[in-house]
Amino acid sequence: MIRDIFIFLSVLALFSAVMTVFARNLVHSILYLILCFFAIAGHYLLLNAEFLAIVNIIVYGGAIMVLFLFAVMLLNLNKTKQITLSRINLFAAVISGGTLLLVFVAAIKKNSFTVTPAALSSDFGSVKMLGKILFNEYILPFEISSILFLSAMIGSIILVKKEHR
Amino acid sequence: MINYQSTLQAVPLNWYILVSLTLFCIGTVGIIYRRNSIVIIMCIELMINSVNLLLAAFSAYNGNADGQIFVFFIMVVAAAEVTVGLALIVVMYRNINSTDISLFNNLKW
Amino acid sequence: MLLALIILLPLAGYLLLTFAGKYLHRISGGIVASMLVAMSFLLSMAAFFITPRHGIFITGPFTWIDTMGFRASFSLQADSLTLVMAVMITGVSALIHFYSIGYMKEDPFITRFFSYMNLFVFFMLLLVMADNYLLLFAGWEGVGLCSYLLIGFWFKNPEYAKAADKAFIMNRIGDLGFLLAIATLYITFGSLSFTDIQSQLQSGIGVNQMTLITLLLFTGAVGKSAQIPLFTWLPDAMAGPTPVSALIHAATMVTAGIYLVIRSKALFILSPFSLHVVAGVGIVTALFAASVALRQFDIKKILAYSTISQLGFIFFAVGLGAFDASLFHLLTHAFFKALLFLCAGSVIHGLNGQQDIRFMGHLKDKIPVTWITMLIGALAISGIPPFSGFFSKDGILAAAGQSGFLLWVLGLAVSLLTSFYMFRLIYLVFYAHYRGKSESWGHIHESPRLMTIPLVILALLSSISGLINVPALMGGRQWLSYYTGLRQVLEVHNHKAEWILMIITLLAVTGMILFARSIFNRKEIAQLSATTLKPMGRLLSRKYYVDEFYQSAITNPLARISVKLYSFVELKIVDGLVEGMGTTVNYLSRIFRFLQSGSVSFYLFFMVAGIILVLVLNLFM
Repeated sequence: MIRDIFIFLSVLALFSAVMTVFARNLVHSILYLILCFFAIAGHYLLLNAEFLAIVNIIVYGGAIMVLFLFAVMLLNLNKTKQITLSRINLFAAVISGGTLLLVFVAAIKKNSFTVTPAALSSDFGSVKMLGKILFNEYILPFEISSILFLSAMIGSIILVKKEHR
Repeated sequence: MINYQSTLQAVPLNWYILVSLTLFCIGTVGIIYRRNSIVIIMCIELMINSVNLLLAAFSAYNGNADGQIFVFFIMVVAAAEVTVGLALIVVMYRNINSTDISLFNNLKW
Repeated sequence: MLLALIILLPLAGYLLLTFAGKYLHRISGGIVASMLVAMSFLLSMAAFFITPRHGIFITGPFTWIDTMGFRASFSLQADSLTLVMAVMITGVSALIHFYSIGYMKEDPFITRFFSYMNLFVFFMLLLVMADNYLLLFAGWEGVGLCSYLLIGFWFKNPEYAKAADKAFIMNRIGDLGFLLAIATLYITFGSLSFTDIQSQLQSGIGVNQMTLITLLLFTGAVGKSAQIPLFTWLPDAMAGPTPVSALIHAATMVTAGIYLVIRSKALFILSPFSLHVVAGVGIVTALFAASVALRQFDIKKILAYSTISQLGFIFFAVGLGAFDASLFHLLTHAFFKALLFLCAGSVIHGLNGQQDIRFMGHLKDKIPVTWITMLIGALAISGIPPFSGFFSKDGILAAAGQSGFLLWVLGLAVSLLTSFYMFRLIYLVFYAHYRGKSESWGHIHESPRLMTIPLVILALLSSISGLINVPALMGGRQWLSYYTGLRQVLEVHNHKAEWILMIITLLAVTGMILFARSIFNRKEIAQLSATTLKPMGRLLSRKYYVDEFYQSAITNPLARISVKLYSFVELKIVDGLVEGMGTTVNYLSRIFRFLQSGSVSFYLFFMVAGIILVLVLNLFM
């Protein structure tokens, strides 16, 4: 059964990703991407990474995509300006993507990934455990990421300010 | 409840890797194909998420929680990056009134 | 050590005058140079007296070349031959330096002149003191360079510059032979130092190889000492100032070729064929040049051809195996030829620049010191006893007599021609009547003492230097031959025959002098203008048309070839290549410009392609 869930979620993720890339309407693309995030959150749940699943939906689907939608709406980009996409680009894109996939598959085939099924504690991906690890071993990156956010906020505000001549 | 151990037994690791890599490649296709800068940033997000998935899978299969911490931080950085990226798009739109990157060719010889 | 000092003093003079010359008063440059050379001379004399019989040997401060088994070093040596040469070189050079102070007094570039003269003495000393062929070659090249600089001293005149070029280029042809000889020597013996080579000669080396080496060495000597066919530069070299002619082309540089052959005598002895070649070239040159001198009208050109002739005579002696006689004649020739050149310079100076003997005459009362000394020089070169030329020429003629009657006759012919043209010169210049412009008669003056004193000293040397090698025949001890270890390879057999030959020679030469007197010492002399010459005379006065032959056979075709090469190779190929590179870069850049298309998706595509490439290389290679 789990395998079926896995396959369903994978197909959903892949389908929505492809639609993201090939949708004509910008807003449709964004919505498909949100769907993809949900699928990936489902994958996280399968892996017992509850925290990540929730954070994925909240941060990505809730904040980042909303930000995208804001940008689109505020700039009125959804008025479809038909950008004619050239065939050559499609060709080149698919070929390079395909080649990349091929290379990856070959790499996988070449290397065998050994799995060491270790810590079988049931609260493996729980918030509690992650929190413990985060605040014990990774406290420094945690604090620095706050500075990162600060700089990102300030940066984006300054970028967008209209120049007063 | 879904015990993740059963996941570990039911789904071999290679499948996760394949899914993740396929998502990555779709993102690559999107980057080269689409000319709308917003869609390009979205495809970048797609690629980041595929990597997140891969990391989470490895962390689960190896029983090491460091992978999930890594994913956490990747999300942090991705959020900051999208902020700044969208700000740039706004500025770009102000200059050339479009988000088409093919109009952005002042560095042409 | 003493040797180094001897060599380095003139070098110091050169450096001093080159770099600090403009701060020195004009004459003092000359005085400095002359004093340095004189000091070298004194040191050479000192070395001469204190050096033990086997010679001394020093190595330079650092190894010169040391690669892949080929070593050459700055080593100097001073054996008897070297010391004799060094004493002669420094002594004559010192006298000429002092003379030049007076001769070049009005020249604005006198400092440069003396710097070159000092440099020349340095190189010549390096040449004679070298202990290996490579260092000798360095000195060889150096004197060639200095002769170029000094011949073309008044380079603003294109004729003089061309003469300097001619000297240097002809020298170069000989140098090619020398270089090939050095290479062959190295291949054969594995070393270039004299001692090494001589110690290896015991183990037999093939005659053919010896012949090759010695002929190549002789080619170098032919270039440097102006033998046939590389002699035409020396008469043209008279374009330089007269002290230059005296120093370089009478006493020192042209003797470098002879020194080389004498130094390599062990090699030459092993190759009789080369010795025959040397003797043949020598005697032919001697006769040829002497005959041309009969019909020349420029006082310096007469002396130039005389030099060529005498050098040929010395090579003739070398070829006969009489190394000691040749060295002896080299020394005495240095003295009296330098004397003759300096006297000629004094005459020219006294006549304010006149060099054509057709416009001279009856100068013996006006410039008596020059007259007496030049007369002594002429007597010496003609071989009249008791002057030095008699003893040295007699040595050579005796060797010729040993080797064959015909050779002796040829040698006698050279002596007769020598005395004839020499006394033609003397009578036309100092006797008869004055044929120049009458208003210039009053301006003729004797040279200052600074110039005449060296003349007197050289005349003295020409007179008495015969004593250093009086042959056993006359009860002498042949000191020079024994000292330098060059004792004649041929032994003297028949004393009585030798006396007879000597007397015959003496009588014949005296007869020639009187004959010349009868022709030239008259009140009015007919047939002096070149246009009324008979065909033989014209041939001689035009130097057998050798110069014209070289011009048409060698120079002009070479010039045409180089023009052709220029238009084809240079313009099309070389320029095409260079410009082609520029054009190619242009073309390629036009192609590669498309990488900068400005289109972002293009860039992204290439980024992805690059990543794929890197992945492939890393994962699968």
